[in-house]
Amino acid sequence: MIPELGHFALWLAAMAALAQAFAPTVGLWRNRDDLADLAVPTALAQGLFTGLAFVALAYAFIISDFSVKLVAANSHSMKPDMYRFTGVWANHEGSLLLWVLVMALAGVAVALAPATLGSRFRARVLSVQGFVSLGFFAFLLFASNPFERLIPAPTEGVGLNPLLQDPGLAFHPPLLYAGYVGLSVAFAFAVAGMLENKVGPQWARATRPWIAGAWALLTLGIALGSYWAYYELGWGGWWFWDPVENAALMPWIAATALLHSIAVVMKRDALRAWTLLLAVAAFSLSMMGTFIVRSGLLTSVHAFAVDPTRGLFLMLLMALYIGGALTIYALAAGRVAEGRQFALVSRETSLVANNLLLSAMLGVILLGTLYPMALEAMGGAQISVGPPYFNRTIVPMLLVAAVLMGIAPWLGWKRSATGHLARRLLPASIATAAAAVVAVLLLDVRGIGAILGFAAAAWLGAASITILVRRGLTFNSAGMALAHLGVAVSILGATASGALQREALVALRVGDSVQMGPWRAELMDVRPVAGPNWTAIEATLYVQRNGRPVGTVTPQSRMFIAPAQETTESGRTGWRMGEVYAVLGKPDGSGRWQVHLWVKPLVRLIWIGGLLMALGGVVALGGRVRALALRRRKLVTFAEPQAA
Amino acid sequence: MRSLAIALLLAVAAPSVAEPPPPPDVPLSDPSAEARARAVMSELRCLTCQNQSIADSGASQAQAMRTEVRTRIAAGEDPEQVRAWFVDRYGDWVSFVPPAREDTALLWAAPLLFLAIGLALVARRFRR
Repeated sequence: MIPELGHFALWLAAMAALAQAFAPTVGLWRNRDDLADLAVPTALAQGLFTGLAFVALAYAFIISDFSVKLVAANSHSMKPDMYRFTGVWANHEGSLLLWVLVMALAGVAVALAPATLGSRFRARVLSVQGFVSLGFFAFLLFASNPFERLIPAPTEGVGLNPLLQDPGLAFHPPLLYAGYVGLSVAFAFAVAGMLENKVGPQWARATRPWIAGAWALLTLGIALGSYWAYYELGWGGWWFWDPVENAALMPWIAATALLHSIAVVMKRDALRAWTLLLAVAAFSLSMMGTFIVRSGLLTSVHAFAVDPTRGLFLMLLMALYIGGALTIYALAAGRVAEGRQFALVSRETSLVANNLLLSAMLGVILLGTLYPMALEAMGGAQISVGPPYFNRTIVPMLLVAAVLMGIAPWLGWKRSATGHLARRLLPASIATAAAAVVAVLLLDVRGIGAILGFAAAAWLGAASITILVRRGLTFNSAGMALAHLGVAVSILGATASGALQREALVALRVGDSVQMGPWRAELMDVRPVAGPNWTAIEATLYVQRNGRPVGTVTPQSRMFIAPAQETTESGRTGWRMGEVYAVLGKPDGSGRWQVHLWVKPLVRLIWIGGLLMALGGVVALGGRVRALALRRRKLVTFAEPQAA
Repeated sequence: MRSLAIALLLAVAAPSVAEPPPPPDVPLSDPSAEARARAVMSELRCLTCQNQSIADSGASQAQAMRTEVRTRIAAGEDPEQVRAWFVDRYGDWVSFVPPAREDTALLWAAPLLFLAIGLALVARRFRR
């Protein structure tokens, strides 16, 4: 009964989305306020009914109602409670339901937030959101019904992919989806801005919090995904330029560019058309990411759907939205003036350079991700475009960006003086030189890329800290400096964990030990252990550094019972900001166990940097909220006569 | 429950003792040769895994390929020759470094091409 109610609620939510999409559109066209005013109640109704549908599905998962096909296919009664709940979105249908839920909640947020650009604009934004939701509801109801029954009901479910039974994966999808949906709000603001001819500083001020929030959530989601891949997949890396990773990274890069370009619209009323294009691109890339991952074009832990009709449906949906948005853009772009001019040396130019570099990176990642598929589809060779390609192309651009990021915050708007730069950047210059010397002389780093990495991290880190310390801080500049500092911290972590890494792949008997420079690991014990729905062989390694104990690591080779699948669980122990990381391999038949060991100095900084970036996004958001509250009072006096 | 699970585990683990596994990883005695070998491994795809290099993978085929890489490096082949041997045998797909050929010209030109297009657009804007 409950699943049917959930299904019904989903239909009601879709009806609400239908009304939300069309009523305001007709209302604004025919100047019928009664229809336009339906935008807010329909958005609230959509949120309510989608929430009910989600609760119904979650209930089916929690009580292990195997008469629901989705539950039977993806859950198991022996699964720990937490994963019975997170299992709701660890599958194709459930993850789409989560997507529409987050989207509906964003609609509720827009409906309840103060309409700084007037109620007409809000109705327009909500109707665009309604159109976007509608497509996803159609996809859910016609091609991916999560409430489908299975008669007769099996007594037990198939179980969830063990790799997904992990706390990191519990929060990774909701964070990413919230980020994507935040970008859909920015998209709705962009389309509404074009249709209502409102693109300007006020529009930018109203849109920016959504972008900053979406950006912070995407940053967290990606950082968490990378951390999960690092500790769960047992390969010692944290980013592999996998197509699925790239699919999440591309919207983030577009959002980063958008976050910077909208600042130019806000402060100087320039780069309008470009910013609109970025807003369209950012959401399109979110959709494309979902499409690539969901359509079964790629095989990975993310690809739940290998049904070609679903892929086709998603592709049509994507073509419809992107095509529609680009058509509106093409029609409206002529009316949207580029805005005011600026000199070559100015904050605007530095932000244009930022956008140029980010766009080039985005283009390279997009091309590199799709190239093998396209080449094969055209009957060409089957090639791999892997980490060596992306590292060689993206990293140099990232280093140039890091240099610019150190300088840009010191430039003035419109036309900047340059006399003060030498003094302001003195601490950063000293830090850069010091980092290079330390890397070469003390740490014995020889690779030019690694030396540049240390130098870039020091440069950007010191320049960002200089801002945090010296300027009369607004929320905005503090957020910017924190986010930039986060980038520096991540670069440091990535460089150090790569350049200073020690690695050993050895076969050990109990009692044997392996030496890696000052590090020494001894295999103490190998024994079977058991968890709630798995059994494992666990090795215990005792780790010392220069004879002093660091800790023990306990890598496991796990066998899950439902579904029967073997996974490796890495064993890790921290040392300062670094980690000792171990993976247990197979026995060789003569009492020795294959053990893969890594020492990764400063590796945790990679994700701490991600947290700092997200924090920066949130802090910048705080600044905006305060400014918005102040501006609202002014706006009322301006907006009232217009409305009348 | 636990004792049952452990018994189950031992039953599952037993066959792996009966089947002779591939020879375990033995690093080359010369550290610089081992470093060269590892660099090659990190750029070769494990063919039975999902998007993993043979350096990162625990699969037995990856282990056999690692042994092959080490043997060839130890025999004095340079990394490029080793990679070429693998590409010859398994196709372009095995190398994470895309080949530099006519059909990948766009791929390799992309970074400079995109930057150049972007710069041209920006320059046009400034001239106006």
